[in-house]
Amino acid sequence: MDVKLRLLRFNPESDDKPHFENYEVEADPMDRLLDCLHLVKWQKDSSLALRRSCAHGVCGSDAMVVNGVNALACKVLIKDLEQPIVVEPIRGLPLIRDFIVDMEPFFAGYRAVKPWLIVDESQHEPERERLQSPKERERFDDTTKCILCAACTTSCPIFWSDEEYVGPAAIVNAHRFIFDSRDQGSRERLEILSQRDGVFKCRTAFNCTAACPRGIKVTQAIQEVKRAALFQSF
Amino acid sequence: MVTVEDAYRKRKPKAFSNERRPSSTEIWWWFFMRISGVALLFLVLIHLYIMHLVGSGVERVSFDFVAERWDNVGWKTFDWVLLVLALLHGTNGLRVIIDDYVRAPGKRTAIKGTLYALTAVLMIMGTAVVVTFDPSVGG
Repeated sequence: MDVKLRLLRFNPESDDKPHFENYEVEADPMDRLLDCLHLVKWQKDSSLALRRSCAHGVCGSDAMVVNGVNALACKVLIKDLEQPIVVEPIRGLPLIRDFIVDMEPFFAGYRAVKPWLIVDESQHEPERERLQSPKERERFDDTTKCILCAACTTSCPIFWSDEEYVGPAAIVNAHRFIFDSRDQGSRERLEILSQRDGVFKCRTAFNCTAACPRGIKVTQAIQEVKRAALFQSF
Repeated sequence: MVTVEDAYRKRKPKAFSNERRPSSTEIWWWFFMRISGVALLFLVLIHLYIMHLVGSGVERVSFDFVAERWDNVGWKTFDWVLLVLALLHGTNGLRVIIDDYVRAPGKRTAIKGTLYALTAVLMIMGTAVVVTFDPSVGG
Protein backbone atom coordinates (compact mmCIF):
# COMPACT_ATOMS: atom_id res chain seq x y z
CA MET A 1 0.00 0.00 0.00
CA ASP A 2 0.96 3.65 -0.42
CA VAL A 3 1.84 5.31 2.86
CA LYS A 4 1.71 9.08 3.17
CA LEU A 5 4.06 10.53 5.74
CA ARG A 6 4.23 14.08 7.01
CA LEU A 7 7.50 14.51 8.87
CA LEU A 8 8.63 17.48 10.94
CA ARG A 9 12.11 18.29 9.69
CA PHE A 10 14.71 20.54 11.25
CA ASN A 11 18.29 21.13 10.19
CA PRO A 12 20.01 23.55 12.59
CA GLU A 13 22.48 24.58 9.88
CA SER A 14 19.90 25.78 7.38
CA ASP A 15 16.53 26.17 9.20
CA ASP A 16 15.34 28.79 11.67
CA LYS A 17 12.50 26.60 12.83
CA PRO A 18 11.06 23.14 12.15
CA HIS A 19 8.82 22.60 9.10
CA PHE A 20 6.78 19.71 7.72
CA GLU A 21 7.74 17.76 4.60
CA ASN A 22 5.62 15.13 2.84
CA TYR A 23 6.85 11.73 1.66
CA GLU A 24 5.25 8.69 0.09
CA VAL A 25 6.56 5.17 0.44
CA GLU A 26 5.35 1.70 -0.51
CA ALA A 27 4.84 -0.50 2.55
CA ASP A 28 2.85 -3.41 3.93
CA PRO A 29 0.01 -2.64 6.39
CA MET A 30 1.77 -4.90 8.89
CA ASP A 31 5.00 -2.89 8.61
CA ARG A 32 5.90 -0.64 11.47
CA LEU A 33 6.29 3.12 11.28
CA LEU A 34 10.04 2.66 11.76
CA ASP A 35 10.16 0.59 8.54
CA CYS A 36 8.58 3.49 6.65
CA LEU A 37 11.01 5.99 8.16
CA HIS A 38 13.84 3.67 7.08
CA LEU A 39 12.43 3.63 3.55
CA VAL A 40 12.40 7.43 3.53
CA LYS A 41 15.95 7.61 4.83
CA TRP A 42 17.35 4.83 2.64
CA GLN A 43 15.47 5.56 -0.58
CA LYS A 44 14.20 9.16 -0.60
CA ASP A 45 16.23 11.46 1.61
CA SER A 46 19.32 10.20 3.39
CA SER A 47 19.57 13.42 5.41
CA LEU A 48 16.66 12.31 7.65
CA ALA A 49 18.06 11.96 11.16
CA LEU A 50 16.55 9.60 13.72
CA ARG A 51 17.64 7.40 16.60
CA ARG A 52 16.90 3.69 16.72
CA SER A 53 18.86 0.76 17.94
CA CYS A 54 17.16 -2.57 18.63
CA ALA A 55 14.06 -1.72 16.56
CA HIS A 56 11.95 -4.10 18.68
CA GLY A 57 10.56 -1.94 21.47
CA VAL A 58 13.24 -2.69 24.04
CA CYS A 59 16.01 -0.11 23.74
CA GLY A 60 13.71 2.92 23.90
CA SER A 61 15.58 4.99 21.31
CA ASP A 62 12.83 5.85 18.84
CA ALA A 63 10.11 7.56 20.85
CA MET A 64 8.30 10.10 18.61
CA VAL A 65 5.03 12.00 18.46
CA VAL A 66 2.94 9.96 16.02
CA ASN A 67 -0.36 11.56 14.98
CA GLY A 68 -0.15 13.67 18.13
CA VAL A 69 0.52 10.81 20.53
CA ASN A 70 3.86 9.67 21.94
CA ALA A 71 4.83 6.21 20.74
CA LEU A 72 7.80 4.07 19.74
CA ALA A 73 8.15 4.09 15.94
CA CYS A 74 9.21 0.42 16.10
CA LYS A 75 6.00 -0.64 17.87
CA VAL A 76 3.21 1.11 15.95
CA LEU A 77 1.89 -0.65 12.86
CA ILE A 78 0.97 1.23 9.70
CA LYS A 79 -2.49 -0.40 9.58
CA ASP A 80 -3.33 1.22 12.92
CA LEU A 81 -2.45 4.76 11.85
CA GLU A 82 -4.56 7.33 10.09
CA GLN A 83 -2.92 8.84 6.99
CA PRO A 84 -1.09 11.05 6.39
CA ILE A 85 0.96 9.87 9.35
CA VAL A 86 2.22 13.01 11.08
CA VAL A 87 5.51 12.40 12.88
CA GLU A 88 7.22 14.93 15.14
CA PRO A 89 10.10 14.69 17.62
CA ILE A 90 9.19 14.26 21.32
CA ARG A 91 8.39 17.59 22.98
CA GLY A 92 9.81 19.64 25.81
CA LEU A 93 13.48 18.90 25.13
CA PRO A 94 15.94 20.89 23.00
CA LEU A 95 15.65 19.86 19.35
CA ILE A 96 18.98 18.90 17.79
CA ARG A 97 17.95 17.71 14.34
CA ASP A 98 14.85 16.08 12.79
CA PHE A 99 13.76 13.42 15.31
CA ILE A 100 16.82 13.76 17.52
CA VAL A 101 16.38 15.72 20.75
CA ASP A 102 18.86 16.41 23.53
CA MET A 103 18.01 13.76 26.14
CA GLU A 104 20.40 15.11 28.77
CA PRO A 105 17.80 17.06 30.85
CA PHE A 106 15.70 13.89 30.92
CA PHE A 107 18.61 11.79 32.19
CA ALA A 108 19.55 14.49 34.72
CA GLY A 109 16.15 14.02 36.40
CA TYR A 110 16.66 10.26 36.25
CA ARG A 111 20.08 10.45 37.91
CA ALA A 112 18.78 12.83 40.57
CA VAL A 113 16.55 10.16 42.15
CA LYS A 114 19.54 7.77 42.58
CA PRO A 115 18.16 4.86 40.57
CA TRP A 116 20.45 2.18 41.96
CA LEU A 117 20.42 -0.18 44.94
CA ILE A 118 21.41 1.69 48.10
CA VAL A 119 22.48 -0.55 50.99
CA ASP A 120 24.46 0.03 54.12
CA GLU A 121 27.42 -2.26 53.45
CA SER A 122 28.61 -2.04 57.06
CA GLN A 123 25.37 -3.72 58.20
CA HIS A 124 24.97 -5.94 55.21
CA GLU A 125 28.22 -7.61 54.30
CA PRO A 126 27.19 -9.30 51.05
CA GLU A 127 28.13 -12.87 51.85
CA ARG A 128 25.45 -14.21 49.55
CA GLU A 129 22.72 -12.89 47.26
CA ARG A 130 20.09 -10.56 48.76
CA LEU A 131 16.99 -12.68 48.99
CA GLN A 132 13.49 -11.44 48.26
CA SER A 133 10.12 -13.21 48.24
CA PRO A 134 8.01 -13.28 45.06
CA LYS A 135 5.49 -11.07 46.88
CA GLU A 136 8.16 -8.47 47.73
CA ARG A 137 9.31 -8.56 44.10
CA GLU A 138 5.72 -8.15 42.89
CA ARG A 139 5.39 -4.85 44.77
CA PHE A 140 7.50 -2.95 42.23
CA ASP A 141 7.22 -5.28 39.24
CA ASP A 142 5.36 -2.75 37.07
CA THR A 143 8.03 -0.06 37.37
CA THR A 144 10.89 -2.43 36.47
CA LYS A 145 9.54 -2.39 32.91
CA CYS A 146 10.75 1.15 32.14
CA ILE A 147 13.10 1.42 29.14
CA LEU A 148 13.83 5.16 29.56
CA CYS A 149 12.40 6.08 26.15
CA ALA A 150 11.10 9.42 27.55
CA ALA A 151 7.65 8.95 25.98
CA CYS A 152 6.00 9.63 29.36
CA THR A 153 8.07 12.63 30.45
CA THR A 154 7.82 14.35 27.07
CA SER A 155 4.04 13.85 26.99
CA CYS A 156 3.64 15.54 30.37
CA PRO A 157 2.13 19.05 30.17
CA ILE A 158 3.87 19.98 33.44
CA PHE A 159 7.25 18.98 32.02
CA TRP A 160 6.49 21.19 28.99
CA SER A 161 5.74 24.21 31.16
CA ASP A 162 8.28 23.61 33.95
CA GLU A 163 11.67 22.59 32.61
CA GLU A 164 12.86 21.73 36.12
CA TYR A 165 10.07 19.25 36.87
CA VAL A 166 11.69 15.88 37.62
CA GLY A 167 9.23 14.15 35.24
CA PRO A 168 7.27 10.88 35.35
CA ALA A 169 10.11 8.60 34.14
CA ALA A 170 12.39 9.61 37.00
CA ILE A 171 9.57 9.02 39.51
CA VAL A 172 8.84 5.59 38.00
CA ASN A 173 12.49 4.65 38.43
CA ALA A 174 12.53 6.00 41.98
CA HIS A 175 9.40 3.88 42.66
CA ARG A 176 11.28 0.81 41.42
CA PHE A 177 13.77 1.20 44.29
CA ILE A 178 11.60 2.88 46.96
CA PHE A 179 9.35 -0.21 47.11
CA ASP A 180 12.21 -2.72 46.78
CA SER A 181 12.53 -4.64 50.08
CA ARG A 182 16.33 -4.91 49.61
CA ASP A 183 16.87 -1.18 49.24
CA GLN A 184 17.68 1.17 52.12
CA GLY A 185 17.64 4.48 50.27
CA SER A 186 13.89 5.14 50.25
CA ARG A 187 14.02 7.95 52.80
CA GLU A 188 16.72 9.77 50.84
CA ARG A 189 14.85 9.38 47.53
CA LEU A 190 11.55 10.51 49.02
CA GLU A 191 13.25 13.60 50.47
CA ILE A 192 14.73 14.41 47.07
CA LEU A 193 11.33 13.96 45.41
CA SER A 194 9.56 16.11 48.02
CA GLN A 195 11.64 19.11 47.00
CA ARG A 196 10.43 21.85 44.72
CA ASP A 197 9.63 20.59 41.18
CA GLY A 198 9.63 17.03 42.52
CA VAL A 199 6.80 14.52 42.65
CA PHE A 200 4.23 17.01 44.02
CA LYS A 201 4.39 19.02 40.81
CA CYS A 202 2.41 16.18 39.20
CA ARG A 203 -1.17 17.25 38.41
CA THR A 204 -2.37 13.74 37.47
CA ALA A 205 -3.00 14.57 33.81
CA PHE A 206 -2.51 10.85 32.98
CA ASN A 207 -0.70 11.67 29.68
CA CYS A 208 2.26 9.62 30.91
CA THR A 209 0.16 6.50 31.46
CA ALA A 210 -1.38 6.83 27.99
CA ALA A 211 2.05 7.39 26.41
CA CYS A 212 4.01 4.53 28.02
CA PRO A 213 4.83 1.94 25.31
CA ARG A 214 5.49 -0.62 28.06
CA GLY A 215 2.04 -0.20 29.59
CA ILE A 216 3.39 0.91 32.96
CA LYS A 217 0.72 2.45 35.20
CA VAL A 218 2.82 5.58 35.51
CA THR A 219 0.30 7.85 37.24
CA GLN A 220 -0.46 5.14 39.79
CA ALA A 221 3.26 4.76 40.54
CA ILE A 222 3.54 8.54 40.98
CA GLN A 223 0.59 8.58 43.40
CA GLU A 224 2.15 5.75 45.40
CA VAL A 225 5.37 7.73 45.69
CA LYS A 226 3.43 10.84 46.82
CA ARG A 227 1.65 8.79 49.46
CA ALA A 228 4.93 7.23 50.68
CA ALA A 229 6.51 10.71 50.90
CA LEU A 230 3.55 12.00 52.91
CA PHE A 231 3.50 9.07 55.35
CA GLN A 232 7.24 9.45 55.83
CA SER A 233 6.73 13.12 56.79
CA PHE A 234 4.39 12.43 59.69
CA MET B 1 -1.88 28.38 21.89
CA VAL B 2 1.43 26.55 21.75
CA THR B 3 2.87 26.41 18.25
CA VAL B 4 5.11 23.72 16.81
CA GLU B 5 8.15 25.95 17.29
CA ASP B 6 7.29 26.54 20.96
CA ALA B 7 7.17 22.83 21.70
CA TYR B 8 10.95 22.46 21.60
CA ARG B 9 13.23 24.29 23.99
CA LYS B 10 15.51 26.80 22.32
CA ARG B 11 18.25 26.40 24.90
CA LYS B 12 19.39 23.76 27.32
CA PRO B 13 16.89 23.70 30.20
CA LYS B 14 17.88 23.66 33.84
CA ALA B 15 17.09 20.09 34.78
CA PHE B 16 15.92 18.78 38.14
CA SER B 17 18.80 18.23 40.51
CA ASN B 18 18.92 16.63 43.94
CA GLU B 19 21.46 19.05 45.35
CA ARG B 20 20.45 22.68 45.28
CA ARG B 21 16.77 22.90 46.13
CA PRO B 22 15.22 24.20 49.31
CA SER B 23 12.85 21.69 50.84
CA SER B 24 9.28 22.20 49.83
CA THR B 25 5.95 22.78 51.53
CA GLU B 26 4.20 21.33 48.47
CA ILE B 27 3.76 18.00 50.22
CA TRP B 28 1.56 19.67 52.89
CA TRP B 29 -0.42 21.68 50.37
CA TRP B 30 -0.99 18.46 48.44
CA PHE B 31 -2.27 16.80 51.63
CA PHE B 32 -4.38 19.86 52.52
CA MET B 33 -6.06 19.82 49.09
CA ARG B 34 -7.13 16.20 49.56
CA ILE B 35 -8.43 16.68 53.11
CA SER B 36 -10.14 20.02 52.43
CA GLY B 37 -11.59 18.66 49.17
CA VAL B 38 -13.36 15.85 50.98
CA ALA B 39 -14.51 18.18 53.79
CA LEU B 40 -15.75 20.82 51.32
CA LEU B 41 -17.81 18.26 49.44
CA PHE B 42 -19.97 17.81 52.53
CA LEU B 43 -19.81 21.43 53.78
CA VAL B 44 -20.82 22.89 50.41
CA LEU B 45 -23.64 20.39 49.84
CA ILE B 46 -25.08 21.08 53.31
CA HIS B 47 -24.68 24.83 52.74
CA LEU B 48 -26.47 24.65 49.37
CA TYR B 49 -29.22 22.49 50.85
CA ILE B 50 -29.91 24.93 53.71
CA MET B 51 -29.65 28.10 51.63
CA HIS B 52 -31.40 27.01 48.44
CA LEU B 53 -33.59 23.96 48.99
CA VAL B 54 -35.13 24.10 52.46
CA GLY B 55 -38.41 26.03 52.72
CA SER B 56 -38.70 28.81 50.13
CA GLY B 57 -34.94 28.59 49.47
CA VAL B 58 -32.85 31.70 49.04
CA GLU B 59 -36.00 33.89 49.16
CA ARG B 60 -36.24 33.44 52.91
CA VAL B 61 -32.59 34.38 53.62
CA SER B 62 -32.66 37.70 55.45
CA PHE B 63 -30.86 39.38 58.36
CA ASP B 64 -33.25 37.73 60.80
CA PHE B 65 -32.65 34.32 59.23
CA VAL B 66 -28.89 34.73 59.67
CA ALA B 67 -29.28 36.11 63.19
CA GLU B 68 -31.38 33.13 64.22
CA ARG B 69 -28.96 30.64 62.68
CA TRP B 70 -25.85 32.28 64.12
CA ASP B 71 -27.40 32.23 67.57
CA ASN B 72 -26.03 28.71 67.53
CA VAL B 73 -22.23 28.62 67.87
CA GLY B 74 -22.15 25.35 65.90
CA TRP B 75 -23.55 27.00 62.74
CA LYS B 76 -21.19 29.95 63.23
CA THR B 77 -18.28 27.51 63.32
CA PHE B 78 -19.70 25.62 60.32
CA ASP B 79 -19.84 28.81 58.23
CA TRP B 80 -16.38 29.94 59.32
CA VAL B 81 -14.80 26.57 58.54
CA LEU B 82 -16.54 26.63 55.14
CA LEU B 83 -15.13 30.12 54.53
CA VAL B 84 -11.55 29.21 55.49
CA LEU B 85 -11.40 25.88 53.68
CA ALA B 86 -13.06 27.19 50.50
CA LEU B 87 -10.79 30.25 50.38
CA LEU B 88 -7.57 28.32 51.00
CA HIS B 89 -8.55 25.45 48.69
CA GLY B 90 -9.49 27.86 45.91
CA THR B 91 -6.45 30.08 46.38
CA ASN B 92 -4.07 27.14 46.36
CA GLY B 93 -5.72 25.75 43.24
CA LEU B 94 -5.30 29.10 41.49
CA ARG B 95 -1.69 29.37 42.70
CA VAL B 96 -0.94 26.00 41.11
CA ILE B 97 -2.61 27.02 37.85
CA ILE B 98 -0.67 30.31 37.82
CA ASP B 99 2.60 28.42 38.44
CA ASP B 100 1.81 26.15 35.50
CA TYR B 101 0.62 28.74 33.00
CA VAL B 102 2.28 32.09 33.75
CA ARG B 103 5.90 31.65 32.73
CA ALA B 104 7.31 35.18 33.07
CA PRO B 105 8.67 35.47 36.64
CA GLY B 106 7.67 39.14 37.16
CA LYS B 107 4.14 38.61 35.88
CA ARG B 108 3.81 35.47 37.98
CA THR B 109 4.84 37.27 41.18
CA ALA B 110 2.43 40.14 40.43
CA ILE B 111 -0.55 37.86 39.76
CA LYS B 112 0.17 35.67 42.77
CA GLY B 113 0.64 38.75 44.96
CA THR B 114 -2.76 40.09 43.89
CA LEU B 115 -4.33 36.68 44.55
CA TYR B 116 -2.85 36.43 48.05
CA ALA B 117 -3.90 40.01 48.89
CA LEU B 118 -7.45 39.29 47.72
CA THR B 119 -7.54 36.09 49.77
CA ALA B 120 -6.29 37.90 52.87
CA VAL B 121 -8.91 40.66 52.48
CA LEU B 122 -11.75 38.16 52.00
CA MET B 123 -10.51 36.05 54.91
CA ILE B 124 -10.30 39.05 57.25
CA MET B 125 -13.69 40.45 56.17
CA GLY B 126 -15.43 37.08 56.46
CA THR B 127 -13.86 36.28 59.82
CA ALA B 128 -14.72 39.75 61.13
CA VAL B 129 -18.36 39.28 60.15
CA VAL B 130 -18.57 35.89 61.85
CA VAL B 131 -16.78 37.03 65.01
CA THR B 132 -18.32 40.47 65.48
CA PHE B 133 -21.87 39.67 64.30
CA ASP B 134 -24.38 41.46 66.50
CA PRO B 135 -28.02 40.35 66.13
CA SER B 136 -29.27 43.43 68.01
CA VAL B 137 -28.48 45.85 65.14
CA GLY B 138 -31.24 44.27 63.04
CA GLY B 139 -34.76 45.60 62.77
